[in-house]
Order: sequence, then structure tokens, then C-alpha cells
Amino acid sequence: MKKTVFAGFGGQGVLMMGYAFAMAVMNDGKHITYLPAYGAEMRGGTANCTVAVSDEEIFSPVASAPDYAVILSNPSLIKYESMINNGGTVFINSSLVTKEVSRDDIHIVKVPAGDMARKLRNERISNMIMLGAFVSGSQLTSMESILDALAEITKGKKATLMKSNKKGLDAGAEYVLQGV
Amino acid sequence: MIGEAAIRAGCRFYAGYPITPQNELTEYMARSMDNIEDGTFVQAESEIAAINMVIGASMAGARAMTSSSSPGISLKQEGISFLAAQELPAVIVNTMRGGPGLGNIAPSQGDYFQATRGGGHGDYRTIVLAPDSGQELADLTRTAFEYADKYRSPVLMLADGMMGQMMEPVVFPEPIDVSLLPHKPWTLGGAEGRPSRIILSLLLNPAKQEELNWKLERKYETITREIPKAEKYMTDDAHLAVIAYGTAARIAKGAVKRVREMGLKVGLFRPITLWPYPKNDLRDLSRHIRDFLVFEMNTGQMVEDVKLSLEGKSNVHFYGRPGGTISTPDEIAKMINTLYHRQNLEEE
Repeated sequence: MKKTVFAGFGGQGVLMMGYAFAMAVMNDGKHITYLPAYGAEMRGGTANCTVAVSDEEIFSPVASAPDYAVILSNPSLIKYESMINNGGTVFINSSLVTKEVSRDDIHIVKVPAGDMARKLRNERISNMIMLGAFVSGSQLTSMESILDALAEITKGKKATLMKSNKKGLDAGAEYVLQGV
Repeated sequence: MIGEAAIRAGCRFYAGYPITPQNELTEYMARSMDNIEDGTFVQAESEIAAINMVIGASMAGARAMTSSSSPGISLKQEGISFLAAQELPAVIVNTMRGGPGLGNIAPSQGDYFQATRGGGHGDYRTIVLAPDSGQELADLTRTAFEYADKYRSPVLMLADGMMGQMMEPVVFPEPIDVSLLPHKPWTLGGAEGRPSRIILSLLLNPAKQEELNWKLERKYETITREIPKAEKYMTDDAHLAVIAYGTAARIAKGAVKRVREMGLKVGLFRPITLWPYPKNDLRDLSRHIRDFLVFEMNTGQMVEDVKLSLEGKSNVHFYGRPGGTISTPDEIAKMINTLYHRQNLEEE
């Protein structure tokens, strides 16, 4: 079983990342649970979600020791840094997160997703850049599955939305591949 | 999940008032009822209004539902008592959160007493179903509507904030054809061409009230005979069984699996009906299991039903986490391990 936490603040698309990932692994035929947690505010409050992926029945959807964390804000890094499993990986949007990781037993993947999004002239896709980086770095699902899931989620919305989402995903995935 | 399952079970009337952590259900019903012929969704002005609208819809013959979370369910209790008195079918969903008072919006099991002991005033019982997963939310919603109609009784689905928020894959049962549901000869739908009917709960003559009370009691005896249900997991060779329901049972199952890997002979008993309590199944289990560990997300409520069922013949231990905190399977596994060795169960 692998657990992933996506964490940031409201409005960053944190829950969307987790939801798209959950849909993708569900369509891959795995057992999954998706557990969101967020404050009452529409924007600015804390937001996080946990996705558990397993070949077997999942007993607890809560992330007590996540294997992966995708972090989009300083408070989220403080909250989850100590909880990540030994040997786990943390993906950080380094355009926003200024705090350094103090542990040396976890892998750190820094992605300047905010700057990359601005370069692509669409700041709203920084969550897709992080999702692309996470998918490519974790290999828990394929890019095809993520794209299918996103197409399903955004069905009925503007086609340009899918185009910019794909642009973001590709940029994130590529960034990680180059780094390896 | 409950919303879609309810519609597929023929629910055609939903009234609710928003409260976290169950707004997803109200939102789903708002969107979906609109696309259904004869479907009605009402965002009521209060929880009390919603349950009373359900009473009306049920009198008119519809499969009706309302939902809320702990503080809102308290407000609905008067209406639930009226449903019981008037023998009206209805499904009520409680997505429990931390309490008492306004509490918080995290998953809890603090409303067990309220759910299983009636909650409202008067001499009555409510059927209580306790799902432990998305799939069971869907399956038991169907069962809830069937029991409600069959026994002409309110049925309470007792879920919690974890189930209210979590998503997981579910296979929904096929939708039923509402026109094929059995005719209800007692509904109020206009008395043209027939003698009028009255559904009421005011019985000023004590003899009449007593008659109703005994009638209800006979019904509750039938229900107690017919529907108690529980899941047994790895209990056949067990020396100790954990007893838990809902989200707590799901976490406990993970713990049982873990201690089994360590060679401990431990099983899980999971009540699916909380009223009527699956007493007989539990008593059967106590023939070969002497120690039971009750785990609840409260300070100890269902443990009383366990003790009542076992009548002092077994050792009943308790571990609880109230207030909306969620235990991990590891934490429960540790509790089991400690208890197992303290009771010298490895030597049996």
C-alpha cells in the first residue's frame, strides 16, 4: 500500500490534484481511498487530501505515515515533514515553499512550479505541474491514466482547459525526468 | 454514495438543511432530484422543518429521506418519534461528528446511545444500520428503504465524518422501478370514492395508547427476530475478538490483520445492525472466545450492549478515542497485543 498526501492552502487546486490521481488509479484497477480535509474558508484556509493506493482492501484512509507528500505551502511542510515514511519522497513547489527540509532520510524533489507556470503564461496550472512531477517521480500511475481521469473530471467544460492541464502535466513530468 | 443509492432505491423526496460533514449528500440530492420524474428536493429552513416534510411525504406514500450530522439529528428527534408513533417509513442519515454540543466536524461515534435508544420521547425503537465503507453505504441505503417500508418504521443510517468525506470506488445496485413497489394501503392521497383515513399520534385515551404501544412492541419483536446482522472476520480459531462498527471496525480490521501476521489468534466481530443488536451471533462467538475488546470512537457506549448480550459470562475490555480523533491500525494492534499477553491468551 502507498499513501500520498497533497497539502497546501485553499484555492491552489490541492484537492483537484488528489482527486485526479485517485480517479486515475481507480481506473487502473487498484483499491483506493480519497480523504479530503479542509477548513471552512473558500480560499486561504488549509487544504489537504490523502490518497491510499493498494492491491488489497484498504483499512485506514488516514495518512499516519505517508510514502509521498506533495507540498504547496510552508505550513504544510511543517505539518507533514515529520510524518513522512523513512525513504519516502516529498515533492515541493519551491516557488512558494521557502522552508528547507531538515530530514536526510527522505528524498526531496523541488519543482519551481510557480515560476514554470508563469513562464507558460498560466499561473493556474502550477498544481498540474506538481501533479506531473509527482506522477513521473512516483510511478504510481501513468500519464495516460491521469489524462483520462482529467478528461472525465473536466467533461462539459471548455476544451482549452484540458489543453493547458496537459501542458502543465508535461512540463512537470519533464522537469523531474531531466533532474534524474 | 448514499444519495445515488437512495435514488436507485426509489427515494423520490429529500429534504435537508446544510451541516458539515454531510453537505456532499445534500448537494448531490439537489443536483440529482432535478433530473428525476416526480423527484423532489427541498433545502428546508431548518432541520426540524426537513424531518416534518419527510413525515408529510411519507404519509403521501413516497420513499422519503432526510440527512444531517449530530447536532442536526438532535433537532430531528421529535419528528423521528412522530414517525415511529404514526408507523411511517422514512430513512434518516446521521453522519456523526465530534460532540456534545456543536463539537467539531471530525469523525466520531458519539451518537450511539441516541441512535439505538430511540433519541426522541416515548416508547419506541429505531432500526439502526452501521455501514463501514463506501460500498456498504450504497448497499445498506437500499436495505434501509426496504426495512422502512416493510416494517413501516423510521430507519437510521449511522455513518460518520470519515464516510461523509471519503471517496472510494463503489458498485451501485441496479435502480428499482418505483411503479412496481408494493401498494401502500394506508397512505393519504385524497379520499375520493373511499372512506377517509387518519394518521395521527395524539391518543388521549390511555387504553388506545396502550394498544398502540403493544402493537409497536410486537413489531419490534418481529424485527429483533428477523434482521440482526453482523460480520465475523477470522473469528473461527480466535482467542480474542475485537468488537467495533463503522469506521472503527474498518481500522480494527487492519489491526487484526497486523496481529495475525504476528501469530496472535484474534478476530473481529462487526455489528451491521446496531438495533436490533446481533446478540445471538455474539453469544455464539462467546462459546469459544472468552475475551472481547470493544473499540469505539467515543468513551464507551456500544460496550454496554456487548455486556448486556454476554450477560457477564465473558471478559469485556474497552478502548475508546472520543472527540473526532482517529486511531491508526497500529495503535489498535498495540492495544490488542498488550491485552492478549496480559490475559495469557497465547497459552490456550
